[in-house]
Amino acid sequence: MQPDFSIRLEKRGSASTLFAYFSPFIALGLMLFFGGILFAIMGHNPLHALYVYFLEPLMDTWSLHELAIKASPLILIATGLCLCFRSGNWNIGAEGQLIMGGIAGAALPVFFPTYTSFSILPLMLIFGILGGMAWAFIPAFLKNRFGTNEILTSLMLVYIAGHFLDWIVRGPFRNPQGFNFPGSISFSEWQVLPEMLSSGRMHYGMLFAIIGVLVVWFLLSKTMKGFEIQVIGQAPRAGRFAGFSPKGTTIFVFLVSGAFAGLAGIAEVSGAIQQLRPSISPGYGFIAIIVAFLGRLNPLGIFAAGIVLALSFLGGEAVQISLNVTDKIANVFQGLLLFFVLACDTLIHHKISFGHSWRFYNKGATHGAR
Amino acid sequence: MKKLLATFLSSVAGLGLGLLATTIVAQAADTKACFVYVGPIGDFGWSYQHDQGRLAVEKELGVETAYQESVPEGADAERAIERFARSGCNIIFTTSFGYMEPTNKVAKKFPDVKFEHATGFKRESENVSTYSGKFYQGRYVQGKIAAMESKTGVAGYIASFPIPEVVRGINSFILGAQSVNPDFKLKVVWVNSWFDPGKEADAANTLVAQGADILTQHTDSTAAMQVAQEKGVKAFGQASDMINFGKDVQLTAIIDDWSPYYIERVKAVMDGTWKQHDVWLGMDKGDVVMAPYTNMKPETAKAAEEIEAKIKSNEFEPFTGPITKQDGTEWLKDGEKADVGTLLGMNFYVKGVDDQLPQ
Repeated sequence: MQPDFSIRLEKRGSASTLFAYFSPFIALGLMLFFGGILFAIMGHNPLHALYVYFLEPLMDTWSLHELAIKASPLILIATGLCLCFRSGNWNIGAEGQLIMGGIAGAALPVFFPTYTSFSILPLMLIFGILGGMAWAFIPAFLKNRFGTNEILTSLMLVYIAGHFLDWIVRGPFRNPQGFNFPGSISFSEWQVLPEMLSSGRMHYGMLFAIIGVLVVWFLLSKTMKGFEIQVIGQAPRAGRFAGFSPKGTTIFVFLVSGAFAGLAGIAEVSGAIQQLRPSISPGYGFIAIIVAFLGRLNPLGIFAAGIVLALSFLGGEAVQISLNVTDKIANVFQGLLLFFVLACDTLIHHKISFGHSWRFYNKGATHGAR
Repeated sequence: MKKLLATFLSSVAGLGLGLLATTIVAQAADTKACFVYVGPIGDFGWSYQHDQGRLAVEKELGVETAYQESVPEGADAERAIERFARSGCNIIFTTSFGYMEPTNKVAKKFPDVKFEHATGFKRESENVSTYSGKFYQGRYVQGKIAAMESKTGVAGYIASFPIPEVVRGINSFILGAQSVNPDFKLKVVWVNSWFDPGKEADAANTLVAQGADILTQHTDSTAAMQVAQEKGVKAFGQASDMINFGKDVQLTAIIDDWSPYYIERVKAVMDGTWKQHDVWLGMDKGDVVMAPYTNMKPETAKAAEEIEAKIKSNEFEPFTGPITKQDGTEWLKDGEKADVGTLLGMNFYVKGVDDQLPQ
């Protein structure tokens, strides 16, 4: 009889609510600690490196603006996604919805370059929202009608959207004066989402993100619709008995999250890039999934998580330049953060137990530990 | 008394020299040159060569430099460029086509900083210059080599984006090949990326499966060279000498040597003589260099050296008529040379390219 050194997870009777709230903070702390060790191994003063990474970007008006630019699409998309995830609809395709929103909104300035008045911008935003909603409707419809797995369909639609964008900026949307280079014309003043303050580049996308957070927070905590979404997510059977429609909810949450992603897309295209290019997002739609879970699927938490993730990008660039470390450092920190969040969550809900059969050596191992 | 005077004079001279030295050092230390790269400096291709240029600037002029690698083209690029402009860089090199709009946007906000944008055509303010290399000159040499060395008469071309720079290279390659074998075939695969080793390797495998026994590429990694080494087909290095990744198969490589240009431009900033311009650097001044001719028959190497010398001395220009477009219409009459405008905006294939240009 060999001693059994197996380790296993056992579900705790009741998880601590206090710890459930604190787990992102514990994870943040652990990320800083191990990130510091990493910097020390690379031969940098860990405190200085962490200061450059996480505090310096917050000390400068310019970089605060940049932080907002980076955070606003993440927050906006993640807020929409939290409705999906809360109701048990796994929309992984926000990236595609963002791209389609960007394309739909950009169609106006591309085809009507001379249409310049105050009404063009609101129209572009509405088109962007509609574009995102249309793209999100497809997986929702397929799920309801044919029972397809929305994780797969929404994800695959991301690649279709990406290739569609790639084609359209070389084809119908291409700048005729652009030497055949891929990309649309640059938007004119009326077609650009303006800056909110005179001190930097932050545009009205941040305002949309804040409004989105408040709307979803209100929806989830104060309305019947919000209650319905949560019941259907946690107890679909109970939801049906209560007369809630799971299919209607699927359509609703996909449309809302598609609208948010589409708005983020057109805000990015119109505000930050100011033209349509072969690539308009560095993966905001995917990173927003991390933001949504880091923020506990809670709109207010998502706001904070969006800032943290945006900071991990900006700080990554800052240390890259001032300490000459690789650009992969941002990915490492994001990976550490996600790993520790998942680990903390797991340990809050489970406890670790070590090889029973070793402790009860004489009784023999009867548990199927391996 | 005499001795005292001599000591005094020498110490004054010493002090003067010392002061002079300090001013030079101070000037060098005051100038900061910054670089934005689209790929990682470890791509051993495009971005690697730009970074070699940066290191040469550091070594030659003793100035401070900084760089940021893998900067995506788009909104992030503007931040990267502005960060450099704010952090005291005097001259900023943005080394990918997709940085054109952000470079011009930031340049307007920082009129005292000089900007150098590679491969672009927009110079919206006085402090923006553009520069590029006539890489197509090397492509012509490669095409000639390919036609002389290929057994199947088919070469494969891994292309990034259908922009003029890339189309020009493809056309120049096939023209070089046709100068040896008028029936030479060129297959093209578009990977829609500058740096994606996985996709580049897939494309290389596809092209080999389609009968290509010579590979060339307009992407930034060494993946195609590694596939060639594995499969035993010949290949050309791109942007950098890739002989270490294909020691039995690399025929030659087009090396982008940015060092002379970067040193010249940073020095111009230090001297206060920097002026806006648009240059297209070629073989003649040593900015486009061919790697040693290896793994080929001696007569091929000889022919390659001859045509290289002719291009270098500007005796020969690859885009000289008669040239027919892919659709069969005449582009250049016998002896006619292409005008720069058409070359810069090239959006058509010449006859012999076995591909539809993505439109």
